[in-house]
Amino acid sequence: MGYELDFGALAQHFGLFLEGTAVTLGLTAVAAILGVVLGIAGAAGRGSRIKWLRKAIAVYVELIRNTPFIVQMFFIFFGLPSLGLRLSALQAAALAMVINLTAYAIEILRAGLEAVPDGQREAGRSLGLRPLLLFVLIILPQALANVYPALTGQIVITMLESAVVSQIAVVDLTHVADFIQSRNFRAFETYLAITLIYLALAVGLRRLLAYAGRGLYAGRVR
Amino acid sequence: MNAIVSRRMTVVAGLAVALGFMGVTSAMADELDDIVKAGVIKVGIFEDFPPFSSAGADMQSQGYDIDVINALAAALGVKPELTGITGQNRIPSLTEHKLNLLVSVGVSDERKKVVAFTAPYAPYSIDVMGPKSLMVKGPADLAGKSIAVNRGTLEDTSVTDVAPADADIQRFNDYNGVISAFLSGQVQLMVVGNDVGASVLAKQPDIEPESKFQLLNSPSAMAINQGEDRLLAKLDETLATMKKDGTLDAISKKWLFIPLPPEL
Repeated sequence: MGYELDFGALAQHFGLFLEGTAVTLGLTAVAAILGVVLGIAGAAGRGSRIKWLRKAIAVYVELIRNTPFIVQMFFIFFGLPSLGLRLSALQAAALAMVINLTAYAIEILRAGLEAVPDGQREAGRSLGLRPLLLFVLIILPQALANVYPALTGQIVITMLESAVVSQIAVVDLTHVADFIQSRNFRAFETYLAITLIYLALAVGLRRLLAYAGRGLYAGRVR
Repeated sequence: MNAIVSRRMTVVAGLAVALGFMGVTSAMADELDDIVKAGVIKVGIFEDFPPFSSAGADMQSQGYDIDVINALAAALGVKPELTGITGQNRIPSLTEHKLNLLVSVGVSDERKKVVAFTAPYAPYSIDVMGPKSLMVKGPADLAGKSIAVNRGTLEDTSVTDVAPADADIQRFNDYNGVISAFLSGQVQLMVVGNDVGASVLAKQPDIEPESKFQLLNSPSAMAINQGEDRLLAKLDETLATMKKDGTLDAISKKWLFIPLPPEL
Protein backbone atom coordinates (compact mmCIF):
# COMPACT_ATOMS: atom_id res chain seq x y z
CA MET A 1 0.00 0.00 0.00
CA GLY A 2 1.33 3.40 -0.91
CA TYR A 3 1.81 6.38 1.31
CA GLU A 4 -1.33 8.41 1.73
CA LEU A 5 -0.85 12.13 1.66
CA ASP A 6 -2.71 13.96 4.36
CA PHE A 7 -2.45 17.71 4.03
CA GLY A 8 -5.26 18.17 6.53
CA ALA A 9 -2.63 17.70 9.25
CA LEU A 10 -0.90 20.86 8.04
CA ALA A 11 -3.93 23.13 7.85
CA GLN A 12 -3.99 23.78 11.59
CA HIS A 13 -0.40 25.09 11.35
CA PHE A 14 -1.24 27.68 8.70
CA GLY A 15 -0.36 30.54 11.04
CA LEU A 16 3.07 29.02 11.77
CA PHE A 17 3.83 28.68 8.06
CA LEU A 18 2.89 32.34 7.62
CA GLU A 19 5.12 33.35 10.52
CA GLY A 20 8.05 31.37 9.13
CA THR A 21 7.61 32.83 5.67
CA ALA A 22 7.59 36.34 7.14
CA VAL A 23 10.84 35.69 9.02
CA THR A 24 12.51 34.25 5.93
CA LEU A 25 11.41 37.20 3.79
CA GLY A 26 12.35 39.73 6.47
CA LEU A 27 15.84 38.31 6.84
CA THR A 28 16.23 38.26 3.06
CA ALA A 29 15.12 41.90 2.75
CA VAL A 30 17.59 43.05 5.41
CA ALA A 31 20.40 41.02 3.85
CA ALA A 32 19.60 42.18 0.30
CA ILE A 33 19.40 45.91 1.08
CA LEU A 34 22.41 46.11 3.41
CA GLY A 35 24.34 43.54 1.38
CA VAL A 36 24.00 45.42 -1.90
CA VAL A 37 24.71 48.85 -0.36
CA LEU A 38 27.78 47.54 1.45
CA GLY A 39 28.69 45.56 -1.66
CA ILE A 40 28.74 48.76 -3.74
CA ALA A 41 30.89 50.49 -1.14
CA GLY A 42 33.20 47.51 -0.97
CA ALA A 43 33.51 47.20 -4.73
CA ALA A 44 34.30 50.91 -4.98
CA GLY A 45 36.86 50.45 -2.20
CA ARG A 46 38.52 47.62 -4.05
CA GLY A 47 39.16 49.96 -6.95
CA SER A 48 40.47 52.75 -4.73
CA ARG A 49 44.04 54.02 -4.61
CA ILE A 50 44.38 53.28 -0.89
CA LYS A 51 46.39 50.09 -0.73
CA TRP A 52 45.47 48.86 2.77
CA LEU A 53 41.78 49.34 2.02
CA ARG A 54 42.07 47.26 -1.17
CA LYS A 55 43.94 44.56 0.75
CA ALA A 56 41.49 44.53 3.66
CA ILE A 57 38.48 44.18 1.37
CA ALA A 58 40.21 41.44 -0.63
CA VAL A 59 40.92 39.48 2.57
CA TYR A 60 37.31 39.87 3.72
CA VAL A 61 35.92 38.70 0.38
CA GLU A 62 38.21 35.69 0.24
CA LEU A 63 37.54 34.77 3.88
CA ILE A 64 33.78 34.80 3.48
CA ARG A 65 33.59 33.27 0.03
CA ASN A 66 35.82 30.37 1.01
CA THR A 67 34.10 29.32 4.23
CA PRO A 68 30.67 27.73 4.69
CA PHE A 69 27.80 30.02 5.59
CA ILE A 70 26.69 27.81 8.45
CA VAL A 71 30.16 28.03 10.02
CA GLN A 72 30.12 31.83 9.77
CA MET A 73 26.73 31.89 11.45
CA PHE A 74 27.79 29.46 14.23
CA PHE A 75 30.85 31.63 14.82
CA ILE A 76 28.66 34.69 15.32
CA PHE A 77 26.02 32.96 17.43
CA PHE A 78 28.05 30.49 19.50
CA GLY A 79 31.53 31.99 19.22
CA LEU A 80 31.15 35.72 19.77
CA PRO A 81 29.46 35.41 23.21
CA SER A 82 32.80 34.24 24.60
CA LEU A 83 34.24 37.56 23.38
CA GLY A 84 31.44 39.36 25.18
CA LEU A 85 29.20 40.07 22.18
CA ARG A 86 25.86 38.31 22.59
CA LEU A 87 23.38 38.65 19.74
CA SER A 88 19.94 37.13 19.68
CA ALA A 89 19.41 34.30 17.21
CA LEU A 90 17.57 36.60 14.83
CA GLN A 91 20.25 39.30 15.02
CA ALA A 92 23.01 36.73 14.53
CA ALA A 93 21.21 35.25 11.52
CA ALA A 94 20.67 38.67 9.92
CA LEU A 95 24.27 39.70 10.55
CA ALA A 96 25.60 36.46 9.10
CA MET A 97 23.46 36.85 5.98
CA VAL A 98 24.53 40.48 5.47
CA ILE A 99 28.20 39.58 5.92
CA ASN A 100 27.85 36.69 3.52
CA LEU A 101 25.91 38.48 0.79
CA THR A 102 28.17 41.55 1.01
CA ALA A 103 31.22 39.48 0.14
CA TYR A 104 29.58 37.98 -2.93
CA ALA A 105 28.09 41.34 -3.95
CA ILE A 106 31.53 42.99 -3.77
CA GLU A 107 32.96 40.39 -6.11
CA ILE A 108 30.02 40.59 -8.54
CA LEU A 109 29.96 44.40 -8.58
CA ARG A 110 33.73 44.61 -8.99
CA ALA A 111 33.35 42.72 -12.25
CA GLY A 112 30.52 45.11 -13.21
CA LEU A 113 32.67 48.16 -12.46
CA GLU A 114 35.65 46.82 -14.37
CA ALA A 115 33.46 46.20 -17.40
CA VAL A 116 32.47 49.87 -17.66
CA PRO A 117 34.61 51.30 -20.51
CA ASP A 118 37.29 53.80 -19.47
CA GLY A 119 35.88 56.25 -21.99
CA GLN A 120 32.80 56.73 -19.78
CA ARG A 121 34.96 57.83 -16.87
CA GLU A 122 36.99 60.15 -19.06
CA ALA A 123 33.86 61.65 -20.61
CA GLY A 124 32.41 62.32 -17.17
CA ARG A 125 35.62 63.89 -15.96
CA SER A 126 35.83 66.12 -19.04
CA LEU A 127 32.29 67.29 -18.22
CA GLY A 128 33.66 68.46 -14.90
CA LEU A 129 31.85 65.93 -12.66
CA ARG A 130 33.29 65.46 -9.20
CA PRO A 131 34.47 61.89 -8.46
CA LEU A 132 31.49 60.98 -6.24
CA LEU A 133 28.92 62.23 -8.73
CA LEU A 134 30.83 60.58 -11.55
CA PHE A 135 30.62 57.27 -9.69
CA VAL A 136 26.97 57.56 -8.70
CA LEU A 137 25.60 58.99 -11.95
CA ILE A 138 27.77 57.48 -14.68
CA ILE A 139 29.72 54.44 -13.50
CA LEU A 140 27.44 52.73 -10.97
CA PRO A 141 24.27 52.48 -13.08
CA GLN A 142 26.22 50.91 -15.91
CA ALA A 143 28.06 48.58 -13.54
CA LEU A 144 24.78 47.49 -11.98
CA ALA A 145 23.25 46.89 -15.41
CA ASN A 146 26.27 44.80 -16.39
CA VAL A 147 25.86 42.35 -13.52
CA TYR A 148 22.22 42.75 -12.50
CA PRO A 149 21.15 39.16 -13.24
CA ALA A 150 24.15 37.79 -11.31
CA LEU A 151 23.37 40.08 -8.38
CA THR A 152 19.69 39.15 -8.20
CA GLY A 153 20.67 35.50 -8.52
CA GLN A 154 22.93 35.88 -5.49
CA ILE A 155 20.10 37.47 -3.51
CA VAL A 156 17.83 34.54 -4.31
CA ILE A 157 20.60 32.13 -3.29
CA THR A 158 20.96 34.01 -0.01
CA MET A 159 17.26 33.61 0.63
CA LEU A 160 17.38 29.87 -0.06
CA GLU A 161 20.55 29.44 2.01
CA SER A 162 18.84 31.19 4.88
CA ALA A 163 17.20 27.82 5.58
CA VAL A 164 20.22 26.99 7.76
CA VAL A 165 19.37 29.76 10.24
CA SER A 166 16.90 27.22 11.64
CA GLN A 167 20.01 25.57 13.13
CA ILE A 168 20.35 28.36 15.68
CA ALA A 169 16.64 28.17 16.49
CA VAL A 170 15.51 31.12 14.37
CA VAL A 171 11.88 30.40 13.60
CA ASP A 172 12.16 30.69 9.82
CA LEU A 173 10.27 28.65 7.24
CA THR A 174 12.55 25.62 7.60
CA HIS A 175 12.41 25.73 11.39
CA VAL A 176 8.62 25.82 11.21
CA ALA A 177 8.64 22.74 8.98
CA ASP A 178 11.07 20.89 11.27
CA PHE A 179 8.90 21.78 14.24
CA ILE A 180 5.65 20.68 12.63
CA GLN A 181 7.00 17.41 11.31
CA SER A 182 8.57 16.59 14.69
CA ARG A 183 5.04 16.80 16.14
CA ASN A 184 2.86 15.16 13.52
CA PHE A 185 5.51 13.01 11.77
CA ARG A 186 4.05 14.03 8.41
CA ALA A 187 7.51 14.75 7.02
CA PHE A 188 6.57 14.26 3.38
CA GLU A 189 3.65 16.69 3.37
CA THR A 190 5.43 19.24 5.53
CA TYR A 191 8.60 19.41 3.44
CA LEU A 192 6.61 19.31 0.23
CA ALA A 193 4.66 22.31 1.47
CA ILE A 194 7.73 24.38 2.31
CA THR A 195 9.43 23.31 -0.93
CA LEU A 196 6.51 24.84 -2.81
CA ILE A 197 6.59 27.95 -0.61
CA TYR A 198 10.34 28.40 -1.20
CA LEU A 199 9.82 27.86 -4.92
CA ALA A 200 7.09 30.49 -5.03
CA LEU A 201 9.19 32.89 -2.98
CA ALA A 202 12.24 32.42 -5.21
CA VAL A 203 10.34 32.83 -8.46
CA GLY A 204 8.44 35.81 -7.06
CA LEU A 205 11.61 37.46 -5.75
CA ARG A 206 13.38 36.99 -9.10
CA ARG A 207 10.43 38.58 -10.93
CA LEU A 208 10.22 41.45 -8.47
CA LEU A 209 13.91 42.21 -8.76
CA ALA A 210 13.80 41.99 -12.55
CA TYR A 211 10.87 44.41 -12.53
CA ALA A 212 12.62 46.75 -10.11
CA GLY A 213 15.79 46.74 -12.22
CA ARG A 214 14.23 47.33 -15.63
CA GLY A 215 15.11 51.06 -15.42
CA LEU A 216 18.80 50.16 -15.46
CA TYR A 217 18.56 49.14 -19.07
CA ALA A 218 16.81 52.31 -20.28
CA GLY A 219 18.36 53.47 -23.54
CA ARG A 220 20.42 50.32 -23.91
CA VAL A 221 20.49 48.42 -27.15
CA ARG A 222 19.83 44.82 -26.17
CA MET B 1 24.05 -42.82 -3.88
CA ASN B 2 20.75 -41.28 -3.08
CA ALA B 3 20.24 -43.76 -0.30
CA ILE B 4 23.59 -42.86 1.26
CA VAL B 5 22.84 -39.19 1.03
CA SER B 6 19.47 -39.65 2.59
CA ARG B 7 20.91 -41.85 5.34
CA ARG B 8 23.50 -39.18 6.07
CA MET B 9 20.75 -36.64 6.11
CA THR B 10 18.92 -38.76 8.65
CA VAL B 11 21.99 -38.92 10.86
CA VAL B 12 22.55 -35.18 10.58
CA ALA B 13 18.92 -34.51 11.26
CA GLY B 14 19.02 -36.84 14.25
CA LEU B 15 22.09 -35.11 15.60
CA ALA B 16 20.48 -31.75 15.08
CA VAL B 17 17.41 -32.85 16.98
CA ALA B 18 19.57 -34.31 19.76
CA LEU B 19 21.60 -31.11 19.99
CA GLY B 20 18.42 -29.13 19.90
CA PHE B 21 17.10 -31.07 22.87
CA MET B 22 20.37 -30.53 24.68
CA GLY B 23 20.03 -26.86 23.98
CA VAL B 24 16.54 -26.85 25.30
CA THR B 25 17.42 -28.89 28.37
CA SER B 26 20.36 -26.63 29.20
CA ALA B 27 18.11 -23.64 28.79
CA MET B 28 15.58 -25.30 31.03
CA ALA B 29 18.25 -25.80 33.66
CA ASP B 30 19.10 -23.00 36.00
CA GLU B 31 20.72 -20.11 34.15
CA LEU B 32 22.82 -19.07 37.16
CA ASP B 33 24.39 -22.55 37.22
CA ASP B 34 25.00 -22.37 33.47
CA ILE B 35 26.74 -19.01 33.79
CA VAL B 36 28.93 -20.13 36.65
CA LYS B 37 29.75 -23.41 34.88
CA ALA B 38 30.67 -21.63 31.63
CA GLY B 39 32.62 -19.02 33.57
CA VAL B 40 31.13 -16.37 31.31
CA ILE B 41 28.13 -14.06 31.54
CA LYS B 42 26.93 -12.82 28.17
CA VAL B 43 25.74 -9.22 28.35
CA GLY B 44 24.18 -7.09 25.64
CA ILE B 45 25.35 -3.48 25.63
CA PHE B 46 24.73 -0.41 23.53
CA GLU B 47 27.84 0.56 21.61
CA ASP B 48 26.98 4.23 21.34
CA PHE B 49 25.27 5.36 24.51
CA PRO B 50 27.70 7.53 26.45
CA PRO B 51 28.26 7.91 29.32
CA PHE B 52 26.61 4.55 30.05
CA SER B 53 28.34 2.56 27.37
CA SER B 54 30.46 3.62 24.43
CA ALA B 55 33.82 2.93 22.83
CA GLY B 56 36.77 4.71 24.42
CA ALA B 57 39.88 5.98 22.64
CA ASP B 58 41.29 2.45 22.71
CA MET B 59 38.04 1.07 21.16
CA GLN B 60 37.32 -0.78 24.41
CA SER B 61 33.80 -0.31 25.73
CA GLN B 62 33.62 1.97 28.74
CA GLY B 63 31.03 3.70 30.85
CA TYR B 64 28.66 3.36 33.76
CA ASP B 65 27.16 0.11 32.46
CA ILE B 66 30.54 -1.44 31.78
CA ASP B 67 31.80 -0.72 35.30
CA VAL B 68 28.62 -2.19 36.78
CA ILE B 69 28.87 -5.29 34.57
CA ASN B 70 32.49 -5.83 35.58
CA ALA B 71 31.60 -5.55 39.27
CA LEU B 72 28.66 -7.95 38.85
CA ALA B 73 30.74 -10.48 36.94
CA ALA B 74 33.43 -10.33 39.62
CA ALA B 75 30.80 -11.02 42.29
CA LEU B 76 29.58 -14.05 40.32
CA GLY B 77 33.16 -15.19 39.77
CA VAL B 78 32.83 -15.16 35.97
CA LYS B 79 34.10 -13.16 33.03
CA PRO B 80 31.82 -10.72 31.20
CA GLU B 81 31.35 -11.25 27.47
CA LEU B 82 30.05 -8.02 25.94
CA THR B 83 27.99 -8.05 22.76
CA GLY B 84 26.88 -4.91 20.94
CA ILE B 85 23.11 -4.79 20.51
CA THR B 86 20.52 -2.33 19.27
CA GLY B 87 17.30 -1.20 20.90
CA GLN B 88 15.32 -3.29 18.42
CA ASN B 89 17.13 -6.62 18.70
CA ARG B 90 18.12 -6.79 22.33
CA ILE B 91 15.01 -8.25 23.91
CA PRO B 92 14.73 -11.02 21.26
CA SER B 93 18.46 -11.75 21.75
CA LEU B 94 17.78 -12.25 25.44
CA THR B 95 14.65 -14.36 25.10
CA GLU B 96 16.40 -16.51 22.45
CA HIS B 97 19.11 -17.17 25.08
CA LYS B 98 21.86 -15.61 23.00
CA LEU B 99 22.47 -13.36 25.97
CA ASN B 100 22.13 -13.77 29.74
CA LEU B 101 21.64 -10.15 30.69
CA LEU B 102 20.63 -6.76 29.33
CA VAL B 103 21.58 -3.44 30.89
CA SER B 104 20.13 0.07 30.55
CA VAL B 105 16.58 -1.17 30.18
CA GLY B 106 13.74 1.18 31.04
CA VAL B 107 11.12 -0.59 33.16
CA SER B 108 7.71 -0.75 31.51
CA ASP B 109 4.63 -2.91 31.95
CA GLU B 110 4.87 -4.07 28.35
CA ARG B 111 8.42 -5.31 28.84
CA LYS B 112 7.51 -6.97 32.15
CA LYS B 113 5.41 -9.43 30.17
CA VAL B 114 8.52 -10.67 28.32
CA VAL B 115 11.48 -10.26 30.65
CA ALA B 116 12.23 -10.06 34.35
CA PHE B 117 13.71 -6.89 35.83
CA THR B 118 16.31 -6.51 38.54
CA ALA B 119 16.19 -3.59 40.94
CA PRO B 120 17.07 -0.29 39.24
CA TYR B 121 20.82 0.33 39.20
CA ALA B 122 21.30 3.59 37.27
CA PRO B 123 19.56 6.97 37.38
CA TYR B 124 17.86 8.04 34.21
CA SER B 125 15.98 11.29 34.22
CA ILE B 126 15.07 14.27 32.08
CA ASP B 127 16.09 17.43 33.89
CA VAL B 128 15.74 21.16 33.50
CA MET B 129 19.33 22.29 33.97
CA GLY B 130 20.54 25.80 34.67
CA PRO B 131 23.32 27.77 36.32
CA LYS B 132 23.50 27.62 40.10
CA SER B 133 22.78 31.36 40.34
CA LEU B 134 19.45 31.14 38.52
CA MET B 135 16.40 30.51 40.72
CA VAL B 136 14.19 27.90 39.10
CA LYS B 137 12.20 25.47 41.24
CA GLY B 138 9.35 24.28 39.05
CA PRO B 139 7.57 24.70 35.74
CA ALA B 140 6.02 28.05 36.77
CA ASP B 141 9.51 29.54 37.12
CA LEU B 142 10.14 28.89 33.43
CA ALA B 143 8.05 31.98 32.60
CA GLY B 144 10.10 34.47 30.63
CA LYS B 145 13.15 32.19 30.60
CA SER B 146 14.90 31.00 27.47
CA ILE B 147 15.21 27.22 27.31
CA ALA B 148 17.12 25.11 24.77
CA VAL B 149 15.83 21.68 23.76
CA ASN B 150 16.54 19.15 21.05
CA ARG B 151 13.59 19.46 18.70
CA GLY B 152 11.03 16.69 18.65
CA THR B 153 12.57 14.69 21.49
CA LEU B 154 10.83 13.58 24.67
CA GLU B 155 12.53 16.55 26.36
CA ASP B 156 10.93 18.94 23.87
CA THR B 157 7.41 17.60 24.24
CA SER B 158 7.56 17.18 28.02
CA VAL B 159 8.80 20.73 28.67
CA THR B 160 6.41 22.20 26.12
CA ASP B 161 3.55 20.53 28.01
CA VAL B 162 4.37 22.09 31.36
CA ALA B 163 6.01 25.44 30.51
CA PRO B 164 3.99 28.68 30.77
CA ALA B 165 3.07 30.36 27.49
CA ASP B 166 5.70 33.08 27.76
CA ALA B 167 8.60 30.65 28.23
CA ASP B 168 10.96 31.05 25.26
CA ILE B 169 11.58 27.47 24.18
CA GLN B 170 14.30 27.39 21.53
CA ARG B 171 14.47 24.21 19.53
CA PHE B 172 17.79 23.04 18.13
CA ASN B 173 18.53 20.27 15.70
CA ASP B 174 20.84 18.21 17.87
CA TYR B 175 22.36 18.04 21.35
CA ASN B 176 25.46 19.90 20.20
CA GLY B 177 23.31 22.91 19.38
CA VAL B 178 21.52 22.66 22.71
CA ILE B 179 24.74 22.37 24.71
CA SER B 180 26.54 25.12 22.77
CA ALA B 181 23.61 27.51 23.17
CA PHE B 182 23.55 26.80 26.90
CA LEU B 183 27.29 27.03 27.50
CA SER B 184 27.66 30.22 25.42
CA GLY B 185 24.88 31.83 27.43
CA GLN B 186 22.53 32.18 24.47
CA VAL B 187 19.87 30.47 26.58
CA GLN B 188 19.39 30.41 30.35
CA LEU B 189 18.24 26.81 30.74
CA MET B 190 18.29 23.54 28.88
CA VAL B 191 16.27 20.36 29.10
CA VAL B 192 18.28 17.18 28.59
CA GLY B 193 18.52 13.60 29.79
CA ASN B 194 21.11 13.02 32.51
CA ASP B 195 23.23 11.16 29.94
CA VAL B 196 23.61 14.35 27.90
CA GLY B 197 23.77 16.48 31.04
CA ALA B 198 26.81 14.48 32.15
CA SER B 199 28.75 15.64 29.10
CA VAL B 200 28.06 19.25 30.13
CA LEU B 201 28.96 18.64 33.77
CA ALA B 202 32.17 16.97 32.58
CA LYS B 203 33.30 20.31 31.12
CA GLN B 204 32.95 21.97 34.56
CA PRO B 205 31.82 25.34 33.20
CA ASP B 206 32.05 28.44 35.42
CA ILE B 207 28.28 28.78 35.65
CA GLU B 208 28.11 25.55 37.69
CA PRO B 209 25.08 23.98 36.04
CA GLU B 210 22.80 21.84 38.14
CA SER B 211 19.48 20.06 37.82
CA LYS B 212 16.67 22.51 38.70
CA PHE B 213 13.85 20.00 38.63
CA GLN B 214 13.01 16.72 36.94
CA LEU B 215 10.45 16.36 34.17
CA LEU B 216 10.70 12.60 34.09
CA ASN B 217 12.40 10.04 36.29
CA SER B 218 12.76 6.48 35.08
CA PRO B 219 15.82 4.72 36.51
CA SER B 220 17.32 1.97 34.35
CA ALA B 221 17.22 -1.64 35.41
CA MET B 222 18.73 -4.86 34.10
CA ALA B 223 16.68 -7.50 32.37
CA ILE B 224 17.03 -11.29 32.40
CA ASN B 225 14.84 -14.09 31.19
CA GLN B 226 11.68 -14.83 33.10
CA GLY B 227 11.62 -17.74 35.52
CA GLU B 228 15.29 -17.44 36.44
CA ASP B 229 14.59 -16.65 40.07
CA ARG B 230 17.97 -17.71 41.43
CA LEU B 231 19.83 -15.53 38.91
CA LEU B 232 17.50 -12.62 39.66
CA ALA B 233 18.01 -13.01 43.41
CA LYS B 234 21.78 -13.19 42.99
CA LEU B 235 21.86 -10.06 40.80
CA ASP B 236 19.60 -8.11 43.16
CA GLU B 237 21.68 -9.17 46.13
CA THR B 238 24.88 -8.04 44.39
CA LEU B 239 23.33 -4.72 43.35
CA ALA B 240 22.12 -4.15 46.91
CA THR B 241 25.66 -4.73 48.18
CA MET B 242 27.06 -2.34 45.58
CA LYS B 243 24.59 0.33 46.67
CA LYS B 244 25.45 -0.21 50.33
CA ASP B 245 29.23 -0.26 50.02
CA GLY B 246 29.38 2.83 47.80
CA THR B 247 30.51 1.08 44.61
CA LEU B 248 27.50 2.35 42.61
CA ASP B 249 27.84 5.81 44.10
CA ALA B 250 31.46 5.96 42.95
CA ILE B 251 30.46 4.78 39.46
CA SER B 252 27.73 7.44 39.31
CA LYS B 253 30.14 10.19 40.33
CA LYS B 254 32.71 8.94 37.84
CA TRP B 255 30.41 8.85 34.78
CA LEU B 256 27.40 11.06 35.56
CA PHE B 257 29.15 13.61 37.82
CA ILE B 258 26.33 13.29 40.35
CA PRO B 259 26.02 11.14 43.47
CA LEU B 260 23.74 8.12 43.23
CA PRO B 261 20.18 9.36 43.90
CA PRO B 262 19.03 8.10 47.33
CA GLU B 263 15.82 6.56 45.91
CA LEU B 264 17.82 3.93 43.98
